[in-house]
Amino acid sequence: MKQEEKLLQEEMICQGHSACPGCGAALAVRYLTRAIGPNLAIALTASCWSIIAASPPLATLKCPVLHCPFPSAGAVGSGLRHGLNARGMYDTTVVILAGDGGTFDIGLQAMSGAAQRNEDVIFVCYDNEAYMNTGMQTSSATPFGARTNTAPYPLFKVGQKKDIMQIMASHGIPYAATATVAYPGDLEQKIRTARDIRGFRFIHILCPCPPGWGTEAADTILLSRLAVTSGAFPLYEVRDGCRWKLNRIEGIKKSLLKDYLIRQRRFKDIDRDRLRILQEEVDRDWEFLIEKERLSDRDDHQD
Amino acid sequence: MSYEFISGSQAAALAVQRVGVDLVAAYPITPQTAIVETLASFDALGSLGADFVSVESEYSALACCNGAAAAGARVFTATASHGLAYMHEMIHWCSGARLPIVMVNVNRCIGAPWCLDPDQGDSLSQRDTGWMQLYCSGAQEVFDTVLQAYRLSEELLLPCMVVFDGFYISHTYEAVDVPDPEKVREFIGPPAFEAQVRALTQLNIHGIVSGEQYHELVRRRHLAMMQAFGEFETINEHFNDLFGRCYGVIDAYIPAGADTVVLAAGAVAETVNWLLPVIEPVGLIKLKMFRPFPAVEICSLLEDNNIGKVIVIDRNCSVGAGGIFARELKAGLYNMKKKPEIYDLILAGGIDLDEKLLAVMLEKVATGKADHLEWGRWIY
Repeated sequence: MKQEEKLLQEEMICQGHSACPGCGAALAVRYLTRAIGPNLAIALTASCWSIIAASPPLATLKCPVLHCPFPSAGAVGSGLRHGLNARGMYDTTVVILAGDGGTFDIGLQAMSGAAQRNEDVIFVCYDNEAYMNTGMQTSSATPFGARTNTAPYPLFKVGQKKDIMQIMASHGIPYAATATVAYPGDLEQKIRTARDIRGFRFIHILCPCPPGWGTEAADTILLSRLAVTSGAFPLYEVRDGCRWKLNRIEGIKKSLLKDYLIRQRRFKDIDRDRLRILQEEVDRDWEFLIEKERLSDRDDHQD
Repeated sequence: MSYEFISGSQAAALAVQRVGVDLVAAYPITPQTAIVETLASFDALGSLGADFVSVESEYSALACCNGAAAAGARVFTATASHGLAYMHEMIHWCSGARLPIVMVNVNRCIGAPWCLDPDQGDSLSQRDTGWMQLYCSGAQEVFDTVLQAYRLSEELLLPCMVVFDGFYISHTYEAVDVPDPEKVREFIGPPAFEAQVRALTQLNIHGIVSGEQYHELVRRRHLAMMQAFGEFETINEHFNDLFGRCYGVIDAYIPAGADTVVLAAGAVAETVNWLLPVIEPVGLIKLKMFRPFPAVEICSLLEDNNIGKVIVIDRNCSVGAGGIFARELKAGLYNMKKKPEIYDLILAGGIDLDEKLLAVMLEKVATGKADHLEWGRWIY
């Protein structure tokens, strides 16, 4: 069988769905579902994917998708896991799929509860850094300095992007990782790693959003890559909430941050002061990450 | 037959254990806490047979039930007051999703200010959510109703709320006939509904629809709920065969020559029942089922007995309108040719009904001095 045919056969997402051109979230779920394989059930909270999943009886994904209210994903997914177990379906992987609103903001409490109980689910946050389904309103995943429709010109988002990975790691969950669509090999590997671990697993996927970020549809992969190489979105894994491992990607350069930002309309007129604040945030986060990785290495030596 | 001396909360928990559920989602709130604590004690003894999930909020308790029921599991949760209000979005969702979830609500006031007494405004404010509501006035009835709620819920694919008063019932002990598990299993049977989530199947469950489609789904839900009257009767015939007692959507006692009846739901109905010999020849209609509302049954009962006056006891108040049971009754009587006078006795705050208060109300009604809306503490 040709490589392309094989890939198409494994594809869990159908053609003709209603995502915007260049949608990072559509790509993320394509990789995610392909990496897990056919035996999965998704609890899907209110988000862009509520629309992309199609209107019944049409269905974009070749697996059961259970829609649920905005704040509820963590708890509905937990219940789904227990319900499937009650019917002996232990082999069905439960994925909770939420956007950044359904993760960082309104879904935080139910997600925290599920993580603390170490429910046997994979919580996947596809993060496009604002409420994009309702048309680009500020969320607590929106980076400092970005324009949104609830922070329009001359305003901009104040307060830094919430460090959701740090929050989830603090729950001591078995596995947490960041990923983005420009590195599908890395993304799928992390999903497969998560799939083969029991307990609560958290995957944070950065997904560029052309209409929301104000970028060209064709630039989604470029922006996703720049987010990593500029240092704005580091790729790393955390095991058991304490063992941090950076995934070192070629070509990380601090000087790329401005390049990453000015390609996006939401940062179009970013001034020197805001750029400096963002650069300091990126530098500080990296320092912390490297230090956490160093401490993790020391723990490993002690084992 | 074995009698146990237990509280209403313990009766609810024992019923859930006897039913044999797959999942209990638990979160504490006064005066409900004893239910989930009792279920936890069964879990500790290994006699619960369900996943006991200690969630972080009432909202998540019902959300967790939603997920499990969608996978075909039998579920239970219990709440009260603010907990029920906090669940509100999920309450709508579970009904729209046609999930046979059974939940106990123990009536309690909703703040501000904080108040623990058994006002019925918490459950009544969920009347438009598409849940069936069954009110209980004693621990035995709580036990029986929880069993029946599972049958009703799974038959009609609609969630069901079993409601009883905080403290008056939840914390009061009485002798309850607790049937053997085998006999309960004979009554209940295994879960009789299909799982919505089926693995390895392309399913888009509760995804976005048009208003036209939503319209049709609401119609079907309404028609399903209107079958509850007949279904409840069938279930109670079976229940009577097995256990020797049964309930109606309303239960009435109308003595010969009665012109006045009292209509009430919950513990206060039992209070009136006890006072009937003192207040003769006044009758009693005990409202068991509030959703769907048994207007036809009440109308024909009033007509057949030529009742002239109905005193509705409302342990609740829809501020700006009045007592909720009275308002529902008035709407239900609209098509009656000879309508009785309706007097609404408001006991909002779950205040006590004693012999004196009831006697004064009856006297005022009999002598034509009663307002159509009387406040329990301003009546003297």
